[in-house]
Amino acid sequence: MTPGSARKEQIIRLMLAGVAGCSLLFLALIMVFLFMEGLPVFRQLPVTDFLFGMEWRPTAEYPEFGIFPLIAGSAAVTLVASSLAIPLGVMTAVWLTEIAPSTLRRIFKPVIELLAALPSVVVGFFGMAVVAPRTQTFFDLDTGLNLFNAGLMLAFMSVPTICSVAEDALHSVPVSLREASLALGATRWETIIRVVIPAAFSGIGTACMLGMSRSIGETMVVLMVAGGAGIIPSSLFDPIRPMPAAIAAEIAEAPFRGEHYHALFAIGMVLFLFTLAFNLVARRITEKNRLTLN
Amino acid sequence: MKRLYFLYALLGCLLAAPLSALPAAAAEEVIISGSTTVLPVMQKAGEAFMAANPGIFLAISGGGSGSGIKALNEGLCQIAMSSRDIKSSEADEGKAKGVNAVRTPIAVDALLPVVHKDNPVKNLSMDQLRDIYAGKISNWKDVGGKDGNIVVISRDSSSGTYETWNELIMRKEKVAASALLQASNGAVAQAVSKNPRAIGYIGFGYMNDSLKKINVDGVEATALTALSKTWPIARELYVFTNGAPSGAVKRLIDYLLDPQKGQKNVAEAGFIPLPKK
Repeated sequence: MTPGSARKEQIIRLMLAGVAGCSLLFLALIMVFLFMEGLPVFRQLPVTDFLFGMEWRPTAEYPEFGIFPLIAGSAAVTLVASSLAIPLGVMTAVWLTEIAPSTLRRIFKPVIELLAALPSVVVGFFGMAVVAPRTQTFFDLDTGLNLFNAGLMLAFMSVPTICSVAEDALHSVPVSLREASLALGATRWETIIRVVIPAAFSGIGTACMLGMSRSIGETMVVLMVAGGAGIIPSSLFDPIRPMPAAIAAEIAEAPFRGEHYHALFAIGMVLFLFTLAFNLVARRITEKNRLTLN
Repeated sequence: MKRLYFLYALLGCLLAAPLSALPAAAAEEVIISGSTTVLPVMQKAGEAFMAANPGIFLAISGGGSGSGIKALNEGLCQIAMSSRDIKSSEADEGKAKGVNAVRTPIAVDALLPVVHKDNPVKNLSMDQLRDIYAGKISNWKDVGGKDGNIVVISRDSSSGTYETWNELIMRKEKVAASALLQASNGAVAQAVSKNPRAIGYIGFGYMNDSLKKINVDGVEATALTALSKTWPIARELYVFTNGAPSGAVKRLIDYLLDPQKGQKNVAEAGFIPLPKK
């Protein structure tokens, strides 16, 4: 290696480090801005009133900024979406890696990945115009724009994420494990349930966490199909107002740097902490996985 | 090499095309922003206005009454469209920045309570409407309809339409938390047309055959009743300018107020033209 090329290498290394540093910097700036705009609301408003207040009336004469119904809405819709998407996504991944013949896999895999590329506004429109009227008449509901519909649409959107991450996890289970299990006389079903899935368990856990963090942060779909009522849902068919929907619907009309504006940013902070928690859990699971495999 | 020349030529054409489309003199740009209720009028009138005045270019965007006035105060637009009057806090904020918002009414909009086509209810009183929206009346049979829960559909509390409804119908009452909030007039119309138990309110311009309008206190919503103020849920639509309009801005506003021109667009967009003076 000539001294010239070593120098060139060093320059390239520095440039790449700079680019990586930039994305970190942008993320840090967004976070700083989020907290700078969100925290001022707590000057007049106690944190507990904000988090556990039951009324969200930002434009009333005596405004109230209680986001508990919004948190409950987000939690409920994430729960519904996950309970649909996790079994579906994981089972699809198992089928793709363990059972499907390669011709079918070659058709199904790109189609599932295509599902991830569907713009969320299209999914929302589908929920609004197609699913809502039909569920409304089928279940004789007051409204088709509700928790169930939003959960269903979000499940739609998080299945591809869950499926592809879980598939990678299943794929990385060594073939020798499967062969050993089959050689010991276990059936294919027993091999999948007792050997392959436990071996890939942490990867599948990561997949679920990533799917859930996608559900809780998704905005357009819940804005369009969740109904938008700021209540704590008592049934699967109650309309709800998840946090992202409230932010998206109101930020354009909130007076700049007013209390309402700061409160919306504070909701953004709460949302950020939620997704951060999901991602940390996902990371932890992955790290544990690495330890057990070694 | 030949292919490369061809590419350059193509690139040259692409770059030249938008340039040649521009008029010889630099176009004067007027930025307009604000209420999505006023937007369709401005778009229709704006197209005709630009065709008649090739030297003036209009950049029109929505965003809501509040964000339009905010943009005017910050000098980001010359005309703010609004479906409500300016708030004193907004006027003060403008004055602090040297902006003196001047109001010009351009049309009258009537809010219509609407229900599904199959709903037998024809008439509601102002008090009944208020009680329905406050959640005190929750079954259609209490107001002469079929037995069934009333699904209340309202607008996001930041919208100008909501504020008008809140002021004229709700007065001191609060809209029930269980009301479904929709983000636009179109979304309310869509939701009501698909739900036999729903009630909603929309701007005059969004009425269509898939909905049924409700009479209020025996008054039917028509252009005449709205102008004569016998229709109780009517409001004026405004444009705000910084100081009295002048130059291109004045020409546009004169165009909007001309009964033969802009006021025709007002009617086409489904609003009610201002009475002739």
